[in-house]
Amino acid sequence: MKLNKVLKGLLVALPVLTLAACSSTSSTDQSDADTSGVSQQQQQETVQVETVEPVVSPAEQMRQKLDALRQENTIYFDFDKATVRPEFVETLQAHGAFLSANPSVRVTIEGHSDERGTPEYNIALGERRAMAVVQYLQNLGVSAGQISTVSYGEEKPVDMSRTEAGFAKNRRAVLVY
Amino acid sequence: MLKFIRNTVLFITLALSSQAKASLEIVITEGIDSARPVAILPFTFKGATLPSQRLDEVIAADLMRSGKFSPLASIKMPQRPQSAAQIDYAAWAREGVEAIVIGQITEVGIDRYTVSFELIDVLKGSNSADRQSLNAGRLTASTAHILDSRETTINGGQFRQYGHRISDIVYEKLTGERGAFLTKIAYVLVNRQAEFPYQLVVADYDGYNEQILLRSKEPLMSPSWSPDGTKLAYVTFEKRQSQIYVQDIYTGRRTMLSSTPGINGAPAWSPDGRKLAMVLSKDGNTEIYTMDVATKALSRITNHRAIDTEPSWSPDGKELLFSSERGGNPQLYSVNLLTGQTRRLTFEGEMNLAGSYTPDGNSVVMVNRTRGQYHIAKMDRQTRFLQVLTKTNLDESPSVAPNGSMIIYSTLHGSAQVLALVSMDGRFKARLPAVEGQVKSPAWSPFL
Repeated sequence: MKLNKVLKGLLVALPVLTLAACSSTSSTDQSDADTSGVSQQQQQETVQVETVEPVVSPAEQMRQKLDALRQENTIYFDFDKATVRPEFVETLQAHGAFLSANPSVRVTIEGHSDERGTPEYNIALGERRAMAVVQYLQNLGVSAGQISTVSYGEEKPVDMSRTEAGFAKNRRAVLVY
Repeated sequence: MLKFIRNTVLFITLALSSQAKASLEIVITEGIDSARPVAILPFTFKGATLPSQRLDEVIAADLMRSGKFSPLASIKMPQRPQSAAQIDYAAWAREGVEAIVIGQITEVGIDRYTVSFELIDVLKGSNSADRQSLNAGRLTASTAHILDSRETTINGGQFRQYGHRISDIVYEKLTGERGAFLTKIAYVLVNRQAEFPYQLVVADYDGYNEQILLRSKEPLMSPSWSPDGTKLAYVTFEKRQSQIYVQDIYTGRRTMLSSTPGINGAPAWSPDGRKLAMVLSKDGNTEIYTMDVATKALSRITNHRAIDTEPSWSPDGKELLFSSERGGNPQLYSVNLLTGQTRRLTFEGEMNLAGSYTPDGNSVVMVNRTRGQYHIAKMDRQTRFLQVLTKTNLDESPSVAPNGSMIIYSTLHGSAQVLALVSMDGRFKARLPAVEGQVKSPAWSPFL
């Protein structure tokens, strides 16, 4: 009985709380308020508005895909290893599919290492990481002529913290279009 | 108690008056009891304009850094003689001093100074004072105690250089081995905030008188001196790929030597200056090649699917030392260039990398990794005894002085990569003046 009363009270209070939330000035909150306003209006309006997907040219489509691929362009490696870890298979498949479908596009694979070990050894290790990515892409049907590699070894770290987490971020191969 | 004192870490900071750098930190960690005590007296000065650099400080720092000498602190000096005739030998002998450098600077013109000095053997000095009258029945002063004396006229900008020259003379007279204080180092300076973050720099061996030879927006690596000391080979990424260039340090003329697909790295001049060993991956794996500098003809030296890198010539030019992963972890190997016979040299530690022969060919200096720690180590080629020389962090890129007395290397100090020196016996360690940015890949010049 008491519970019911509480629930009823909440049902009354909830819209009030929502309204209070809507009155905040943040832009995302306001857009929420607009949407709810539209749905309320739609109940009374006699028209409904629909949109059409814009026509995208093949070049534009490629650009959009490239933009998306550039967001996911880094493969991380274990210490002293050059094996592609399973979690990066999907990323490489996306790049591989795009490169196979667009044989005119060229990509450079940059190989990097953390700074432990000597600079020369790390150049070799970075090269090996870059080559592991090249091998993967070629197995997916990408032509060798589309791919070039450069190993920067330990010379271009992205994280200078010299922590284990920082070292892990530096052990990478990057696909650069 | 003695052991406690011996093991106590002494921090001595010599405040050297130089343009850009404020201080040179010298850190002695062990074994100073066996360094030979010497005294470098402050040079007397006659003239109006005092030189900006004190010679005695340059010489004392040089001798101390060699690890072989322990210059007496000026507060411990029993007297301040103005000339050799005023030396109270007994007083210096009581301090255990075996040799004294005493000198004068005279201003002889605008920015012109005459510098003279004498190197005096304290033991012979006290003996010759007694035997003065016994020489051929006549009263003549013996000069046997004066090991060397010189006089030169220099300008105001040459004091550091002449100080190193005096150090070379003193070092050679007292050890019988050529001094390496008038040499230079090349290294790469990385300052990520700068417009050109990567710089190829040449400086005196002690880090002073830096001169930038090349500025780049892309990484620079692996400087290597030609045996005549006029050129540097190095790796540049200026075309977004690795390439090997040779640059004349006096004319600035640059020549591209290698630009193959993949790695172009680790150039190393042969002792006769005619060949350059290098690492290329153009044939699939990371392999070692030699290039005839005049014709650019390549010879492939290694052929293995494992990583082969870091070639370094034996002093006779007949062998290359290199690092290879062919046995699992990276270890040092040598290959005879005539027969192609390859031998594994190192077995101790998880990894051994960046090997090079000492100038006498008797030892190999390397980066040793044991329990995850990277340190500079030395191995005797006959006994295979491996001695770890450093205790600093992430030590790499060791380069041996042309007289084999010291090793310069890069290490992590705090959050900065800096250069450090260690004497060949590991007893003496010094950090070079800190600069802004990270200092990498030091290469010690030949005798200049």
